[in-house]
Amino acid sequence: MANRAAICAVAQIPFESNLWQQRVQGMVFPVVKSIMEQTGVSFGGEKGIQNVVTCSDDVFDARTISDNGVTDEVGAHYQGEEKVAMDGVNAIAYALACILSGHDDVTMVVAHCKESQSEDRNMCTNLAFDPFYCRPVGLDYLNLAAMQARAYMDVSGITDKHLAKVVELSRKNAAENPLAIAREPVSAEEVMKSPMICDPIRDLHVYPVSDGAIAMLIANEDRCREFTDKPVWITGFGNCMDSYFPGDRNLASNFSLKRAAERAYIMAGVTNPEKEFDMAEVHSSYAYQLPMWCEGLGLCGEGNGGEWIDGGGMEKKNVNPSGGPLGGFPIMVGGLAGAAEAVLQLRGEAGKRQIYGAKKALAHGTTGAAGQHHAVMILENK
Amino acid sequence: MNQENKDCYVVDGKLALPYQYFAGRTGSRFLISLRDKKKIFGVKCNKCDKVFVPPRQTCERCFENISNNWVELSDTGEIVNFSVVRYEGKHLPRKPPFVLALIKLGGADTPMTHIVEGIEPEKVEVGMKVKATFSDEPTNTILDLDHFEPV
Repeated sequence: MANRAAICAVAQIPFESNLWQQRVQGMVFPVVKSIMEQTGVSFGGEKGIQNVVTCSDDVFDARTISDNGVTDEVGAHYQGEEKVAMDGVNAIAYALACILSGHDDVTMVVAHCKESQSEDRNMCTNLAFDPFYCRPVGLDYLNLAAMQARAYMDVSGITDKHLAKVVELSRKNAAENPLAIAREPVSAEEVMKSPMICDPIRDLHVYPVSDGAIAMLIANEDRCREFTDKPVWITGFGNCMDSYFPGDRNLASNFSLKRAAERAYIMAGVTNPEKEFDMAEVHSSYAYQLPMWCEGLGLCGEGNGGEWIDGGGMEKKNVNPSGGPLGGFPIMVGGLAGAAEAVLQLRGEAGKRQIYGAKKALAHGTTGAAGQHHAVMILENK
Repeated sequence: MNQENKDCYVVDGKLALPYQYFAGRTGSRFLISLRDKKKIFGVKCNKCDKVFVPPRQTCERCFENISNNWVELSDTGEIVNFSVVRYEGKHLPRKPPFVLALIKLGGADTPMTHIVEGIEPEKVEVGMKVKATFSDEPTNTILDLDHFEPV
């Protein structure tokens, strides 16, 4: 049994909206190679990686057992390999379990998604709903998010203007992130003029179609120094699943996020989430989700999302320094991209967007429609 | 174009898998009632005192078998949330713009998601009363309840 697990290296390809000229395998291999070059890790034998955790989605890859497609590229040939078909933060948690159980002393997490391959990603997410009652009426992640946005805006004092500000600030951060897609600045005025696509969600409130891959090396305390001088410790994790049918949920309540956060905070000994984090990466694929998830995580007061944005909460709390999903994070890979940013920040390797002295960070990932499932992870450099 | 990508191409694909989903004993009864009787039924968990629609065999909270606790619901209800879908999609049941809403029927505790028609999307409001319109031709799906219209 190991006491602690650390993220020893992260690698990401620059995300793009249409990587047509790259196969999924071609996206994955460079990040795996990068991890090998950064750390000198190998596969197999006594000291090498014996088990790889992958993260991908069958429908977005338009095949079953999507991990099979990348077995060779992730070094899993003749090795253990397990797939997490949820947001990538859960894949880190799976790796954490592999390490803490003593099953592995070093493992790698590799996630990919190529949203551009499908004609329409909303068609993919329609398939996440049940085939009898929800799919036939056309539910998808975008239109259920729109209903959640309406419900949340009703209780939080969030207006169209706040959402525009969220997009403006996210793009401003993304501009400093060479791996982001949407790096051109937009003004709040431009956001408010962008067409309504699913009321109250406007076109610029939605994350861009995103393709990309990420890998991380995770090791136990005994071995992490073989790979890095700057391990980033995984000190807390929690997740929670809400009800499946949209009508069974209180869409504005952050029910599952609060429980996920509570579990992670207990594990990491966090008692005051509003004060304790130097930064947070929240998986907000639509503008309204940024303040909503921050409320659920306790980074701002409940029902205070609007005031919090007005008061510069997003900047003061260093929320989504990478630009976050509004800068372009693929589904499945999204929470992992946030965690990767947190690792860079905690190692002091975030370039122009470096938050000086960052010691404790929160990474969050969500899976399913309108935040049905949430995963919260605490990362620290001490 | 980048020289590296010259003479590279993408292959068109399509996932088209004919498939049959068993609707379940509870789901079958619900769908048959819609089709043959033009009635909407929910199921009640007596322990949790909650009427669910769509129906299900087992209460998600207490794991009680609730599949025989049928409750006939009103064919009218209230819009508790909605969106105007303004984008195209092959999975969508209507051409945009159309209204998708969470509708809480009389007698139910959980709203169901459905299409609202017979009103300009801009005029739809939360709290609006709507009534079910059933399909003339059977579809053997939830769309036997074709849509809702303002009362």
